[in-house]
Amino acid sequence: MDVPVLKQGPFLIATVQSALTDADLAQMRRLLIEQVGKFRSRGVIVDVTAVDVLDSYACRTLRDIAHMTGFRGAATVIVGIHPELAFTMVQLGLSLEGVATALDLEEGLAYLNARTRPTIARGNSPRNSAGPPRNGTHTRGKR
Amino acid sequence: MASAERIGIRSDRDILLARQRGRELGRSVGFVATDLTLIATAISELARNIVLYAREGVIELRVVTEDSHRGLVIVARDHGPGIVDVNRAMQDGYSTSGGLGLGLPGVKRLMDGFEIHSRAGRGTTVQIAKWLRT
Amino acid sequence: MVTRGTLQQPAVGATGTESAIALLRELVAHLRQNRTQLREEWARRITEAELLTAMTKEEIFAEATSVYDNYVEALETGTFEALQSYSRNLSERIIPRGVETHEVVGIVLLLRDVLARSLFAKYQGDFTKLNRILDAYEPAANRIANTVAVGFVQERERIIREQQEAIRELSTPVLQVRERLLILPIIGVIDPQRARQLTEQLLRGIRTNRAKVVVIDITGVAAMDAAVANHLVQTVDASRLLGATVIVTGLSPEIAQTLVTIGVDLGKMTTVGDLQGGIEEAERLLGYKVLPLVESPVEA
Repeated sequence: MDVPVLKQGPFLIATVQSALTDADLAQMRRLLIEQVGKFRSRGVIVDVTAVDVLDSYACRTLRDIAHMTGFRGAATVIVGIHPELAFTMVQLGLSLEGVATALDLEEGLAYLNARTRPTIARGNSPRNSAGPPRNGTHTRGKR
Repeated sequence: MASAERIGIRSDRDILLARQRGRELGRSVGFVATDLTLIATAISELARNIVLYAREGVIELRVVTEDSHRGLVIVARDHGPGIVDVNRAMQDGYSTSGGLGLGLPGVKRLMDGFEIHSRAGRGTTVQIAKWLRT
Repeated sequence: MVTRGTLQQPAVGATGTESAIALLRELVAHLRQNRTQLREEWARRITEAELLTAMTKEEIFAEATSVYDNYVEALETGTFEALQSYSRNLSERIIPRGVETHEVVGIVLLLRDVLARSLFAKYQGDFTKLNRILDAYEPAANRIANTVAVGFVQERERIIREQQEAIRELSTPVLQVRERLLILPIIGVIDPQRARQLTEQLLRGIRTNRAKVVVIDITGVAAMDAAVANHLVQTVDASRLLGATVIVTGLSPEIAQTLVTIGVDLGKMTTVGDLQGGIEEAERLLGYKVLPLVESPVEA
């Protein structure tokens, strides 16, 4: 079963619809890396909300995607990992170190927007410093 | 639903089938969502080891009752090359095929019971169990 | 009354079964007839044996009546569902009053004894008949005693589990202090089961509150061994998989010392001295800036 990949502006969004075989996962990896080059994408979101198991092979594939797209100049963020999955993954020792994660699609987009925003005027640190907080007693900047 | 099942493992599709069946059987026993995920993931790891190293084998799923405890026992059996050094395979980070370990220590951490028997050239049997928390 | 078996059934087995049924019927009739007297006798023996001391005489008599009727019904019908549900119900009522397992087992055995004695009295002239009646009575009576005792123990276990669960829930509150910021103060001893429950609760909390930063305060944790420290590392990692950053606060010097000694890698963890510092760090991460109201510039 193929994973649909949607092009959304400078980003690619891959939505994993159901349980994937190893071959499906490998196919998704190929497709994403190919399309990152083709569309000169700046970011990739892999949405795993519908996934019920992320075992060592799936985690390795996700890591490969993050690293490979990274080499091609695109940031990857994995979104929608369920609490039970997260619990299981860390017990297996699969904590996706070095791979960005976000709660859901919305958060993933916010992360990529902050990360890939042109930063010429603001120096070289796009992370966690999306502009100074606005005035007010409690202000919240966009992350 | 039957309280025991046997799934032949030959391809990556069978891995999905086995973990899906494990999840269904686990649900019938009454496991909570987190435990079902632990069970399905453990089955996935064992089934993949079969496909990767032995090419074929079986996964057996069985609902068991011992004293007043109910649980799910999963046996992964193959007649593949076997594991030469089981103790080493049970250490975190051990791998025979370039980075991807057998994941056996991880599987052990997910479950309540874990037993492995392996002989080089003969094959491997891994039996794991999850008990319903009372 | 003994009837011969029909062609469909093996004669011996059928005769045996049917005669047992007939004997049970006779037995039930006897127990019905002497209900008032036997029930009183039983209640008296209960008081004598100083069982169910938490209950008044009237209560004991009322319960004895219900148990007696259910008992006879189970003997008659051979089905135990009604008795099972009654014994669960009874247990639910008497457990909070401090009735112990040995008391429940005791009263059921007493009833068995009272009834057996009345059978001895009734059939003392016919030893063969007495034996056959007892053969029919014994297995059923044993099963009844078993059902009631097991029902009680199960109910007790259920209540204990519920209480433990409630205590655990209470002892690990996940609090939202600001939008997207959760605090998890941990107090007391952490065992593997509690660690798991705590992690699951936190992960659910992160999802429902869409939290981006979590402060785990362990000021109230007295001691930490390698296993618990690893659970803490796992909790931090799992939270990150959901997109949340964890800040650990309140590591006591003793715990810090222990962790260094056992070689736990806390390098991946953000730690801040105390809860207040942790919250400030969390606010910084979230882009909040707290200013005194008087000095706060005019809203843009």
